Order: sequence, then C-alpha cells, then structure tokens
Amino acid sequence: MTFEPERYELTAKPLHAFESNWEPDRRDFFKNLGGGIVVAVLLSNSARAQESGGGRGGRGFRQPPAPQEVGAWLHIDTNGGVTAFTGKGEVGQNARTSLSMAVAEELGAPLSSVELVMGDTDRTPFDFGTVGSRTTPDMVPQLRRAAAAARQALIEVAAAKWSVPASELQAENGVVTDGKQSAAFGELARDQQIYKRVASESGVRPATQWTVMGKSTPKVNGRAIVTGQHQYTFDMRLPGMLYGRVLRPETFGAILASLDASTAKQMAGVSVVRDGDFAGVTAPTTSAAASALAALRAEWKNTPQTSARTLFTDIKEPVSASPAIDKALAEAHHKLQRTYPVAYIAHTPLEPRAALARWDGDKLTVWTGTQRPFGVRTELAQAFRIPEENVRVIMPDTGSGYGGKHTGDAALEAARLAKSAGQPVKVTWTRQEEFTWAYFRPAGVIDVRSAVDSKGKLTAWEFHNFNSGNSGMNTYYDVANKRVEFHNTKSPLRQGSYRGLAATANHFAREAHMSELAAQAGIDPFEFRMKNLSDARLKAVLQAAADKFGWGKKHAAAGMGFGIAAGFEKGGYVATCAEVSVQPGREPRILRLTEAFECGAIVNPGHLHTQVEGAMIMGLGGALFEAIDFADGKILNPHLARYRVPRFRDVPPQIDVVLVDRKDLPSAGAGETPIVGVAPAIAGAIHMATGEWRRSLPMMVLSAGGSAQSGGAAF
Amino acid sequence: MELLVNGARHQVDASPDRTLLTVLRDELDLTGTKYGCGEGQCGACTVLIAGLPARACQTRAAAINGKAITTIEGLAKNGRLHPLQEAFLDQQAMQCGYCTPGMILSGVALLAKTANPSREEIIGAMQGNVCRCGTYPRIIAAIEAAGRRMKGAAA
Ligand code: FES
Ligand code: FES
Repeated sequence: MTFEPERYELTAKPLHAFESNWEPDRRDFFKNLGGGIVVAVLLSNSARAQESGGGRGGRGFRQPPAPQEVGAWLHIDTNGGVTAFTGKGEVGQNARTSLSMAVAEELGAPLSSVELVMGDTDRTPFDFGTVGSRTTPDMVPQLRRAAAAARQALIEVAAAKWSVPASELQAENGVVTDGKQSAAFGELARDQQIYKRVASESGVRPATQWTVMGKSTPKVNGRAIVTGQHQYTFDMRLPGMLYGRVLRPETFGAILASLDASTAKQMAGVSVVRDGDFAGVTAPTTSAAASALAALRAEWKNTPQTSARTLFTDIKEPVSASPAIDKALAEAHHKLQRTYPVAYIAHTPLEPRAALARWDGDKLTVWTGTQRPFGVRTELAQAFRIPEENVRVIMPDTGSGYGGKHTGDAALEAARLAKSAGQPVKVTWTRQEEFTWAYFRPAGVIDVRSAVDSKGKLTAWEFHNFNSGNSGMNTYYDVANKRVEFHNTKSPLRQGSYRGLAATANHFAREAHMSELAAQAGIDPFEFRMKNLSDARLKAVLQAAADKFGWGKKHAAAGMGFGIAAGFEKGGYVATCAEVSVQPGREPRILRLTEAFECGAIVNPGHLHTQVEGAMIMGLGGALFEAIDFADGKILNPHLARYRVPRFRDVPPQIDVVLVDRKDLPSAGAGETPIVGVAPAIAGAIHMATGEWRRSLPMMVLSAGGSAQSGGAAF
Repeated sequence: MELLVNGARHQVDASPDRTLLTVLRDELDLTGTKYGCGEGQCGACTVLIAGLPARACQTRAAAINGKAITTIEGLAKNGRLHPLQEAFLDQQAMQCGYCTPGMILSGVALLAKTANPSREEIIGAMQGNVCRCGTYPRIIAAIEAAGRRMKGAAA
C-alpha cells in the first residue's frame, strides 16, 4: 500500500520560502505595547513538524518543518486587556470564539477581556494556514499554554507584592486573590515588563476542570455580524481607493493575442493595465470598472481541451495485476467489483475572493480573504520580486472558505493593478469568476474490489483512487489482504483543497461499497460493519448513531429506505444514518439524517453542533446534485442558477446530531470530517427504497450543461 | 438622485442604470448589504423597499422613486436590536455570517407579513437565500423564535 503526502491540501503552487526565526523582539515589544506581560509559546520539534503538516503518520502536507520558533503569543496590558496573536484565521468555523475561550480558560480572565489578532503576517507568528482541521489540535493547546504561563506570572507578581507564597494565590475572573486581598490583572501588569517564553508541551487544566471551555459559547463578534458592521475584505475601503477588474481569458490557458483598450481608456477615471497575458482595469466605482472591462476588445489564442464527457476515462490509468486479491476473490463466498466516479465541485463560498492592495513605495499591504495569509505573502513577494519583509498580508474574518481560499489570486491581481494605478485598488470577484477561476474539488474515479467469506468477514479489499486524492483512503475495516493506492493522474481543471479533501470521495466509495457488499451477502449493513471493525472509537460512534436513529427498529415502507455509513479522518470519528423517500419520477427526499461525531474533548458544544450540522447540509449538495460541467476550456455552468447548492427546501425535516464527548482525549478539529458520511448513507437508503445503487457523485442525473435543478424530475 | 435610506435622505450622484447594490455599497458605504452572486440567486443583497424584500443587485437605483429603503444597518433602533437580530444571536444562526444580513432582512419581511409563520411558510419565503455554511436549521429556529416573541409583544 502506498501513501503519498496529502496532495490537495495545497494547490499546484508549492510554498517554498518560510519566514525565518520569527520572534517578537523584547524591546520593540514593550516600546509598542507599553508595559505588561508577554508570553511567547515556543514550538517543540513535533509541533513544528505538525505545523508543516508532517504529523500523523506522514499523511500531512508535503512541506519541510516550519523553521520558526514561536507558535503564538499573548499580551496582558496595564488595563487588564488580553490580546492573543495567532496566524490562524476565522472563516466561519468560529475559531475566534474557541481560541478566545482557550485563553480565558487558562488565564482565569473573563472572555470579554480577550481579544484575538488573527492572520496578520506583520503581527502574528508564522502559520501554515487555516487548513486540515488543525486549528483546534494545534492552536488551542498553544494558546492554553501561553495563557497558563501568563496566569502564573500574574500570580508571582502578586505573591511578591503581598509577600505571600504563590501557591496560596488564585487567578479567576481577571483578578488574583489570596482570599483576603485581591488585585486586578491590569493593576498587576502595571509597571511590569515581563517577557516569558514557554514550550508548547507543558501541562494545562484537564478537560474535567474546565469552566469556560466545554460550554456552549456564542460567537464573540456575533453582534457585528447581525448588524452588518463586520467588514469582510469585500466591504473594505481606503481613501482614494479604486475598483479593479481583471480581463479573463476566453478559455483556460488562452494567450492574449491582441488587446484594443482605446474605448476603455477614454472613460472617465479609467486606467488599463497590460502585463503579458494579464490585463485589467481600474475605475472609481464598481460599475465604472465593469463598463471599462466590457469595453476591452481582446483576441485570444485558445488551445483545444477535453470536456466533462470524457473526464472519467481521461483521468484513469492502467493498474498492475493483484494476484493475491484475484485469488481471494476466486475463493470468496461473495465478491463485488464496482466503480465510483466523482465530479468536480465548486466551493462556492458566499463571499467570493476579494483583495485590497496598497503600495507605500516598495512596501505592499494586502487585505484578503485567504486561508493562508503567509502563503499569499510568499506568492506576492515572488510575483513582485520583493523581499517578504516588504509584504504584509492581513486576513479579515472571511465569508467562508471550505478549503477553497488557499491561494492568493485576487491578492496578486489587486497588487498588480494598484502598482500601476499608484493608488489602493480593490478587486472583488464576481460569482462567475469564482465559479471559473478559483479551483475545484478534484474529480476522481475510484475502483473497488472486495470479497467476504461465509461468516461475513472481509477477506480482500482493493481500492484505487484516480486523481481525487488520498485523504481518508485507507480502510479501517479489518482485512488482511488489501491493496489501496492513489494514482496521481492529470486533472483537466485546476483543482485543490476542499472541506474534507478526498475523504468525501473515498468514504463514499468505501462505505457505499460496504453497504452493497452487505446487501449481497444478505447481512444488515450496520451488523456487517460492526462485524468487520475493531476500532473502539469508530464502533462507539456507529453504535451511537444507530441507537439515536433507531436502526433496525423500523421497517421501511414502499419507496422509503434507510442507509448507514461510518468514517474516520483528521482525528474525528463519524457515523451517519439517512432516511430517504423516493417517489417515481421525483427527486429523492432526505427525510432524516442522524450523525454521531467524536473528536476528543469538546471545546464549544454549541458551535461543534452547528459545524457538524453545517457540514451535513453542505454534504447534501455534493451527494445529490452539485457538479461542474465543462468543455473546451470553459465552465458551462458558472452561475448559481445552473450550479445548484443546498437551499432551505433541501434541508431534511429532521437532523439529529449526537456529540460524543471524550474528556480523556485531546481535542481534534471538526470542520471537515462530519461531511464524509452523508453521501454513502444516502446511497444505502436510496438502494433500500428503489433497489438501485447510485454509484456516482452527484447521485442525481444531471441535465446537459448544468446541475440538477430544484424540483426537476431528475432522478 | 435622492435616496431615503434607513430614515436619512442622501443625495447621490450616480448614473441611473447603476444597481442599488453598488450605490449602497460604493456611494453610501453601507456594506452590510452583500454581493453574493449579482444574479438574483442568493439573497445576500436583500434590502427592504417600502417594507418589501428586494434584491438590491437586481434593482436599479433610479427605479426606487423615493421609497424608503431599509438595510441591515438600519434595523436596530437606538442600539436596540430587532427581535430577529436577537434571535439570530440566541440561536447562533450564523457561521461565517456573510449571508446573515440578507437572511435577517428576508426574515423581517416575512414576519411583517405573516406573524408566527409555520416551518413551511419560512421555507417558502426563504428559498431564495443561500447559506453556504448550512445554518438553515438555525435560521428557521431563529425566525420561529422571533415570530413567537413578536406575537407575544403584540398581544
Ligand atoms: S447578490 Fe443579489 S441575489 Fe445574490
Ligand atoms: S453563515 Fe456562511 S454563508 Fe451563511
């Protein structure tokens, strides 16, 4: 079995240069911050490997270890305000809230006194990116450690002041006290210039003693969201700012043969920039920029390209023989060989890519909604051939990403236009640009062969994934005779990360296959899984989901079906059950979804619940109707009217989420794994309802040139 | 042209074929009204025009003719949130929050027309609003809760 490093956590463009030894300079610090207490968390070697993704069995990102030493730091100012600095970002996963909770918990400070500076390459330590469900497992422990050390420092200041042993003091609610006298954090921080460095792996409060973490806590900036005050990159504005638009090639990879910009150039306030195949305009308003763009006359040299029609043969390649698997299949009681094609899908973040760039001489500042501000800084430095120190990238809390905002495309465009304009420029992508020029979740073909013996035990498992990626590819079912391979074939479209990466495709193929195999062997699909599993955590979530769902308690009426699936990825264990109704000529109705999820000790139960529910709903789209259609270097359905995403009516009337809290285990991330069980559970339910196995993603038949439309008799 | 937005009159020097969305965002800096698709398909740009929900990306600024416009910035009165804003906070009906202003205004329009709407009525009225983060169940719960609260207050 071969495992490659995770291929699609990054897109094609690799990160080469990392920030060298970043650490706040003590004097600078206090010059800028005034006095107070600063704690920097030093990364251990293992944390550095983790940061660069090399952890967990080598299945992380293909990156050298991050060379920087500091993972996060925090400052307690002389008013008792707490500011923590992390390179992670907020994309709707509520990291700002959970990380603030981690600081408040260990510091003994009120949550409202904690402010988080996130994703700013000048102010926060290097961070690989808000990717791979790493924020909780990596950043929560670091901030807890920093906060715990800061609390200890405050206690020591008070102990010296009052001449009492530190062991008799407590810090809670922003105050240090020995029961008789007390002092607020700000008071203790006054006249201090304490700078501590701590290693990231020291002890903190056990989950059983948490008072802030582990409790449902509302989004810390929720009020700014519901009043429209929060500024996403899309909303930002600087004095003198111009609006930029980029001329998009007619087809992918087209070469700009000629450009007639004479009409555009005559428009008031409009400038036109051409740099090789790149061309764009700047104008004083969004509308003027759109008009100027429309006035450009370009000729493109296109190259012939393939289409969605041949995709699933284009990305396959021959595979060597497997005599051991052949033999097991020949001897098996039941055997099965199936193919699972998976379409390209689009992240469709509701805030399209956007960037605002400003040059001050040869210094560049860019605000952009990216999940990798430090990676984008590198991209910008390389593109403009300037040192990374001259580039600052700031990531405002962003209108989601789902793995789709790892690159700095809009940042490069805004910076290029701003360079010519000599004024700040904001580039905001249209929905059509987002559907065309962002990257997609990889398409793939997965071939599976399997066998079971007369007792219903798996005896062989062969699994080949072509192009879609290796995340979640290995099987967790007990089978001695297996071959699991990822084939790195050539993708006709630009592709990259997506929520859960290839784990969705791989779980779909594996779990749908397991259900079909169970049906063939005449065994209940829940029993079949339990019989072939020994992983206790996986069995526990499977049991929890089955119990909640009432698996096996109810018989499906005509046209109704139940399905089940289990999964493991990125430290999270999941099991999903679906109840589906299929009426002839109508699209399937998902009546009920039940999901059990376990990711160690739960940090914020309310937000974890939302995250799981949100992933399930997003998963419905890829399971049933989302697909990118393309031909000749063009996307054929680059509009929401032709690319269907889940809407209110698609939401199952009943969704049950069972959160399994393992206070004895470290917390893992939850942004991705809850999506993986949805499609295969629905596939099993559709089979029970109709007798038919749907083995492609999406499962609904798509009309030509677009995805299945709501209410259409597309099934 | 003159626009009446959130109770204030604004003189805007803009060509009449511009959309209300770009005028609100670029001229009045009211960026709570979001761009999500520009094709009337996502509801992120929803505002109220004379109390009725409208897609600002599909509305020409010149066609408004002095009617009162409400954007998300104008919903709270004297720092007091609208009951639906409160309910969004109570239910945590947001993740990235980018859809939230449009969701709230669509919901406010529904509640103004239908006190205490049923789940089916909510789905019918909100079908044109996309939340890519999948917070729909929470949004339904928030509208239901605000409906109950507003009905209680009116009785
Ligand atoms: S931006 Fe107006 S409906 Fe999407
Ligand atoms: S909360 Fe992200 S789109 Fe709705």
